[in-house]
Amino acid sequence: MARFLTTWISSFQDFILLAGRAFLNIIRKPHYYMDVLLQMDGIGFGSVPIVVLTGFFSGAIIALQMSRALNTYGASSQVGSIVALTLVRELGPVLTALLVAGRNASGIASELGSMKVSEQIDAMRALGTDPIQKLVTPRLIATALMLPLLTVVADAIGLIGAYLVAVPLLHVISAGTYWTTSWRALVVNDLAQGLMKPFLFGILISLIGCFYGLRTSGGTQGVGLATTQAVVSASIWIFFVTFLIDKIFVNL
Amino acid sequence: MADDSKPLLEFKEVSLRFGEKWALKKISLTLNPGETRIIFGAAGSGKTTLLKAVIGLVEVDEGEIRLFGKNIAHMDEHELYGLRARAGFLFQEGGLFDSLTIGENVEYPLLNQQSSGSTSASDGPDKSSETGSEQRAKNTLRFVELEHTFNQFPAEVSGGMRRRVGIARAIVTEPPLVLYDSPTAGLDPITANTIMALVAKERDTRNSASLIVTHRYQDGELMSKFRYDAEREELQPVDPQDETRADCRTKFIVMKDGEIVFFGTRPELESSDDDYVKKFIPKEESHAV
Repeated sequence: MARFLTTWISSFQDFILLAGRAFLNIIRKPHYYMDVLLQMDGIGFGSVPIVVLTGFFSGAIIALQMSRALNTYGASSQVGSIVALTLVRELGPVLTALLVAGRNASGIASELGSMKVSEQIDAMRALGTDPIQKLVTPRLIATALMLPLLTVVADAIGLIGAYLVAVPLLHVISAGTYWTTSWRALVVNDLAQGLMKPFLFGILISLIGCFYGLRTSGGTQGVGLATTQAVVSASIWIFFVTFLIDKIFVNL
Repeated sequence: MADDSKPLLEFKEVSLRFGEKWALKKISLTLNPGETRIIFGAAGSGKTTLLKAVIGLVEVDEGEIRLFGKNIAHMDEHELYGLRARAGFLFQEGGLFDSLTIGENVEYPLLNQQSSGSTSASDGPDKSSETGSEQRAKNTLRFVELEHTFNQFPAEVSGGMRRRVGIARAIVTEPPLVLYDSPTAGLDPITANTIMALVAKERDTRNSASLIVTHRYQDGELMSKFRYDAEREELQPVDPQDETRADCRTKFIVMKDGEIVFFGTRPELESSDDDYVKKFIPKEESHAV
């Protein structure tokens, strides 16, 4: 038990050091703008199809379930507001982050892990390039910027999915009422929460992916292990952080 | 070009332990511009660790390592990047970036090395123009006779060619010091000689200093007996009357369990009575180059 705790604390310390250096490199020269753009394209644009699909079906499913439940209480007109609140505050950020964690934390960990075991990270250091500056910081910036944007896309598509179910399919509410109640349900607090969460998740996903990738050892088996650890760890942290933020915002 | 009056590299009583085992034990050596050191030793004797310690890839426990006049023994990693940019390093397996083309690999140091800090000798990302760095990469690939592979990926060429690309990447910034980790390991004798001829060509064309870790005695023999003739574009045996000849500037180091057990010239090495040292000299020397 003591050994497990020591290992965990030591790993956490390494993670904090990596995070500190990655953040410090944002203001340090040289800046690898092209790497940031490439990562934004891969992580952001590359995740759009899966985020659109998931967002659409999330909204549609919430609308289906809520229409039925609210109809029991004669409150079908509230479908729009419930869908908007659920998506923007909770499901949009968390589902998008989980998808991006599955797609990108694993991708980052396996890419950096393969580079580590084939001496490419050492080669980078030997050639006078900081691997954290070249590999970690661009991924950190790209994920932290793209995840909120992806979440906005997921939220918007989710609202459209819910609209298609509630209005043309089930006819529980008129189009005008749906969009008006959705829009009015949201306050600044919800939007702030809905954007802050993916920003923090983006930081976590990229740093966790890089952390497990850079500490890979033991060849191809080690790369597989690092990838799995990155996804599991990122997913757990996403739930933990969303709980913390909810706790803070609920009390506001 | 480096200042000829000052050593490029100095090790003073450098020691490093991995647990109970000495990886390096009180190592002292000096390397001046244009000089070559050939390092022999059994597997696990500390040769690669020594090479990595030169540019701070491993941190030593005791002693002083002066690289380009600065003590790097406990230097911050970020400060080291500027110094590393002035030393070329060839990894045993080439250490090429497999997701980049060969041209991009060779161009990499020109575009990505740290531009910050006063120690940086090469163009940083802000200074290199795209076409300028590409042209330099092509010229360096031509130097190792692999210009035609510019757009290929490392996986598409042979092991010997990857090693030559590794040399091109190590020397593209024209560093005053080049470190070679087993440049001929696992290669057939013909390819190995081609690689060593390139190493000699690099040394004699630019008067760069070299530290070469190798298992093959022939590699050291070639470096000490031959020099590259730029006019004839081939290796020529050194003139025994020439005081600046390669065998004066090429010395041999033999390592055992992290210690230097031999240091001297090729004739001294060949006449050594030490049983361990003698193991690195073939009984019937092959002079074929």
